Amino acid sequence: MSLGEAAAARQAWKSKLFADGVSMAFERDGKDTPVLENISLEVGDGEFVCLLGPSGCGKSTLLSAMAGFLTPTGGEIRIDGEAVRGPDPRRIFVFQERGVFPWLTVEGNIAFGLFKLGRGERERRIRYYVKMVGLEGFEKAYPHELSGGMKQRLEVARALAVNPDMLFLDEPFGALDSITRLIMRRELLRIWEAERKTIIFVTHDIDEAVQLADRVVVLSARPARIQQIVEIDIPHPRDLSSRRYLELRDGIFQQIGLAHKV
Amino acid sequence: MNFLTALRPIAFVAVLLVLWQIGVAHEPSHLLPGPWGVVGGIADLVRHGLLLKYVVASLFRVTWGFLLAAATAIPLGLIIGWYRRAEMAVNPILQILRPISPLAWIPIAILWFGVGDLAAISLIFIGCFLPLLLSAVNAVHGIPEVYLNAGRNFGLNTRDLLTRVFYPAVMPQLIIGLRITLGVAWLVVVAAEMIAVNSGLGFLIVDARNAGNRYDLVLAGMVLIGVIGLMLDTAMRRFERIKSVQWGYSEN
Repeated sequence: MSLGEAAAARQAWKSKLFADGVSMAFERDGKDTPVLENISLEVGDGEFVCLLGPSGCGKSTLLSAMAGFLTPTGGEIRIDGEAVRGPDPRRIFVFQERGVFPWLTVEGNIAFGLFKLGRGERERRIRYYVKMVGLEGFEKAYPHELSGGMKQRLEVARALAVNPDMLFLDEPFGALDSITRLIMRRELLRIWEAERKTIIFVTHDIDEAVQLADRVVVLSARPARIQQIVEIDIPHPRDLSSRRYLELRDGIFQQIGLAHKV
Repeated sequence: MNFLTALRPIAFVAVLLVLWQIGVAHEPSHLLPGPWGVVGGIADLVRHGLLLKYVVASLFRVTWGFLLAAATAIPLGLIIGWYRRAEMAVNPILQILRPISPLAWIPIAILWFGVGDLAAISLIFIGCFLPLLLSAVNAVHGIPEVYLNAGRNFGLNTRDLLTRVFYPAVMPQLIIGLRITLGVAWLVVVAAEMIAVNSGLGFLIVDARNAGNRYDLVLAGMVLIGVIGLMLDTAMRRFERIKSVQWGYSEN
């Protein structure tokens, strides 16, 4: 990226989500256990941000709060300048593959959020997104007849079909085998580059974060605080053996306190 | 191969019948009529026009008792399952009522409704109500939260959330509950008919014994009860094969 391009990019940068001093505590055995501590983060429109942290650190809690499923006990989350007061079809949460409705076919799942559209437009979108995620020929299949990767793609298709401007993904590829996972990452990037949704992606996988994100937000162990925000300044498609990639990845490994030797 | 697999249980039943016949022939006592005697008993029932009459009477009572229980217990169970506080309030009563056999209600049923269909139906209703209520409560508890969250995320209002997420999510467990409870209803009707009415398969069994020790008719009644019970269960199992509920029965 030249200096001029960088300046243009900065100028085009528009704030989408703003977490303002967000804290969260859950009551457990009569005691308040803090899960999130004073998280402040701004995400740009069309940006791909990964929330990275160890298992159980509270990153999923942060994502649920951003999506409006949980209300922070302190601070506020604003999207497009408006405080988040609950889930909203403009921002769809993707729950691994567990969120597809097992009682609906592939078509039925994709059509789930399209109830306000006319029949023609609904059919058109179903066809379009079935094709986009490569589920042609499975339109009438039920989720239990699909593989894990197919269910995952179905859930992404269901989310995209309502044309949201944000996607929240909670370790979406965690349950998939490593080959399918790589394919899904490439697919997600392809979709993101085509549609430019703002994506917030939770993962505990450092490689995944560095492969996907514009910025990686490194969270500490519970209670989660922002430890560091790493900008991944490598254009897509990323060369996973390039010096810059390894440098950034090793930097995060060290930040988390792991030398990358086993 | 498939044909042979299907033949296996039939062959087994045939062997049992033959053993039964041999046993009865070698020990000619009044302890048990032979299989031919039972066939003769069923033929007797057909001749007197009682077979259809009694089967219809029993099915009629089961149908009403079961449907009335389903129509009240399932909505109530769904509501109780949804509101934790309601459940905490009613749970102790449910746990006390649960171990009481529906047959213990026979005197009260007769006191309230007299001898007749209404008493029998009310006993079946009592026998079905709690199992259905509890299976509805459990079905609600079994709804994974992700489905409700996903439904809300797509902007469903409360009514649509109920019809498009809640209802399909509880269906598989409800169908199992209905099938098991129909089996209970079929057990209860026999007992109820022995005491509270003068028709039906349960009545047939007591009546055959009281009026002349016709044990061939007693066994004929038992065979009919078994066969019809199996048919009811098979019919209910068909619902479990509906495509949109199958997910509830797979191992994962």
